[in-house]
Amino acid sequence: MRNDFPVKFDRVCEVLDKHKCDPNKLIAILQEVQEEYKYLPEDIMTYIATALGISPGSVFGVATFYSHFTLEPKGKYVIKVCDGTACHVRKSEEILKVLEKELGLSGRKKTSDDMIFTLETVACLGACGLAPVVVVNDEVHGSMTKEKTIELLNRIREQEKQENNK
Amino acid sequence: MTGSILTKQIIDLDKTREIYKDASASYKSRIVICAGTGCMANGAMSIYNKFREVIYERGLKVAVMLDKEEHKEDDRCDNDFLLVESGCQGFCQMGPLVTLYPQKILYTKVKTSDVEEIVDRTLIKNEYVDRLLYECPDSKHHVRDMDKIPFYERQNRIMLKLCGHINVHDADEYIANGGYFMARKSVLEMTDTQICKEILDSGLRGRGGGGFPTGRKWDLTRINESDVKYVICNGDEGDPGAFMDRCVMEGNPHSVLEGMIIAAMAVNATKGYVYVRTEYPLAVSRLKTAIRTARENGILGEHIFGSDRSFDIEVMEGAGAFVCGEETALIASIEGKRGMPSIKPPFPAEKGLFGKPTVINNVETLATVPVILEMGAEEYRKLGTETSKGTKTFALTGHVANTGLIEVPFGTTLREIVGEIGGGVIDDDGNNCGVDFKAVQIGGPSGGCLTQEHLDLPLDYDNLRDAGAMVGSGGLVVMNQNTCMVQIARFFMQFTQNESCGKCVVCREGTRQMLALLDDIIEGRADAATLDLLEELANTVKIGSLCGLGKTAPNPVLSTLKYFRDEYIAHVYNKRCPTGNCDALKTYRVIVEKCKACGLCARKCPVDAIEGSKGVPYVINIEKCIRCGACYTACKFDAIVKG
Repeated sequence: MRNDFPVKFDRVCEVLDKHKCDPNKLIAILQEVQEEYKYLPEDIMTYIATALGISPGSVFGVATFYSHFTLEPKGKYVIKVCDGTACHVRKSEEILKVLEKELGLSGRKKTSDDMIFTLETVACLGACGLAPVVVVNDEVHGSMTKEKTIELLNRIREQEKQENNK
Repeated sequence: MTGSILTKQIIDLDKTREIYKDASASYKSRIVICAGTGCMANGAMSIYNKFREVIYERGLKVAVMLDKEEHKEDDRCDNDFLLVESGCQGFCQMGPLVTLYPQKILYTKVKTSDVEEIVDRTLIKNEYVDRLLYECPDSKHHVRDMDKIPFYERQNRIMLKLCGHINVHDADEYIANGGYFMARKSVLEMTDTQICKEILDSGLRGRGGGGFPTGRKWDLTRINESDVKYVICNGDEGDPGAFMDRCVMEGNPHSVLEGMIIAAMAVNATKGYVYVRTEYPLAVSRLKTAIRTARENGILGEHIFGSDRSFDIEVMEGAGAFVCGEETALIASIEGKRGMPSIKPPFPAEKGLFGKPTVINNVETLATVPVILEMGAEEYRKLGTETSKGTKTFALTGHVANTGLIEVPFGTTLREIVGEIGGGVIDDDGNNCGVDFKAVQIGGPSGGCLTQEHLDLPLDYDNLRDAGAMVGSGGLVVMNQNTCMVQIARFFMQFTQNESCGKCVVCREGTRQMLALLDDIIEGRADAATLDLLEELANTVKIGSLCGLGKTAPNPVLSTLKYFRDEYIAHVYNKRCPTGNCDALKTYRVIVEKCKACGLCARKCPVDAIEGSKGVPYVINIEKCIRCGACYTACKFDAIVKG
């Protein structure tokens, strides 16, 4: 991962140039940088602050305010369990419990040690018609049940195994 | 901004519409595949591909974009069918949906294996595939005309008319259906005051929840002199349980842009922003494409429609903060800051984005604007109630047979929405129990709940406010009799507590303490003082918070306390959850008649709280019981009940 660091750093400069180092574009800049690194490394945030001519505290302030930004690396598969109202009344909590148990994760520990899975809850994904909903990376899985959740997890694990064997 | 007046092509709307009409007449059928989030998740794209494949296999031709080249009379039928990817058609429960025009057939729950049959029987032989038609649950009758399906028949889809019908990838389809004609009229033929007056006369009120008259908001921004003014479209649809704006932005992004252009002409703005929440990536990309297309056609940019006016729009992606739905917080967010609300006045109409006069409207409000200009204010006013004009979209979800996106005139009752459009309430076992809901939560975490007593209440801004709820953005979550209302209140409290930005102490700390009090109630620690304290705190948070988030955060608690106080009392004084949902309050007991005295429960009990012997029904010792539920799961004869 370290090897592509300079390449990614070039990307940060590109992003800053694209937005003409405009502090008003801070959120867009952080979004694009996070796209690249999958999280916001502290030294990169400091660099952005210097480039924009604002204090590192303001960058950190924005990065911690919005839930989309993460200061820690996430797993390869980010599993989001929707806990919006519609999903909640259709028992999304049971699905979360199943996933926590299967993956050995909790509200505190969100990413598995092997960096394969990250488990999160989100307030609403706007797919209420399909409640309860689970999203793996960007793929939406609707009308979930405990059984379907385990099936989904096994499918990902199987896929992961095959990729490793290659 | 791209291009100048000299190089840029300005689209001729009338000609585009003419060509389109001629070209579309040459297709035998138009196959519309719903590509809304719901249907996509159920495999709509593979159905789309399968259609192409099967039609080719049959030696027929299918176009995916309308062929607008002018053809000679004899080779008109170059393509037999037109395959279209549309936005959300609303009937998410029955997806994936495939609609065929001109037959107006709606096929529901279509699978790839059904495609061959649809092509062979319906497209080629003009027969119905009955098993794919919507079946009325009562009469078991298959509905052949989609407009006759109760879900659609009872609605009045004005704003959503094109969403779910037109091709999301072809702007010309929007134009062919009258799109951008009103934007052109507002640019070329109307003055700013005329537009404001028309919107004011229509009675349009903000669809984002507040219900402020849109025309007045525009007029207040119009009268403020400034070199730069802004129009912002608020697409930060954060209410859990609401997805109306998402469907509009994804299914008909041009209508949002058109509304913004008209708003810009009304207030003399030159720059617009669409603020979309990051959870809606598809909406972001569709809007960006739509903006690009509009620029290429001289609809956005400099000299729009060949006039001397300029207006351009930029998409701003949110980063996940519910409070940014509040207008001053949203402005802070566009400026690249933490999305915290600020004190009003000054209102955005005076000092908004970058300190300039700004008009902020919700997606649905703006998408309704072109419709109003087209219908005329007089005609639009005829819909709705005395104080709330027009129609409103609702996201109907929860324990209801037909979940989906609906549009009804203000004044429609819950009986009609839940019973007729929604097809009835579903209990935990999946049985339909008519309109026997326990509550309908309206307006998300800022709203309140409605009960059986409101079944025939005409829903509008004022009636809902009087009932202690609010229209909000329009999420309608139906809850069946088995829902614990204290837990629902806790659910919303948890949400607002998480999303409180932390600026006002009473909101930041008050919501946290309210949540702790609700936890006490749910986990059996509450005493006589808890409810009073909860109510007192709720009122404090309501009064002492700056923005809408804090002001409305206690609503779900106050409204459940009002309508379901007995349920709270059961939790607090009797340590009992009437619906048996609160684990800490569950008591288990053995039904003597059903007990076969097998002893399995006693063996499973980790604390030896169950006693009995062969031939004698077992008994649970409540004192010893830790309410783990092991006996409940173990019993093979359903002889143990909880509650």
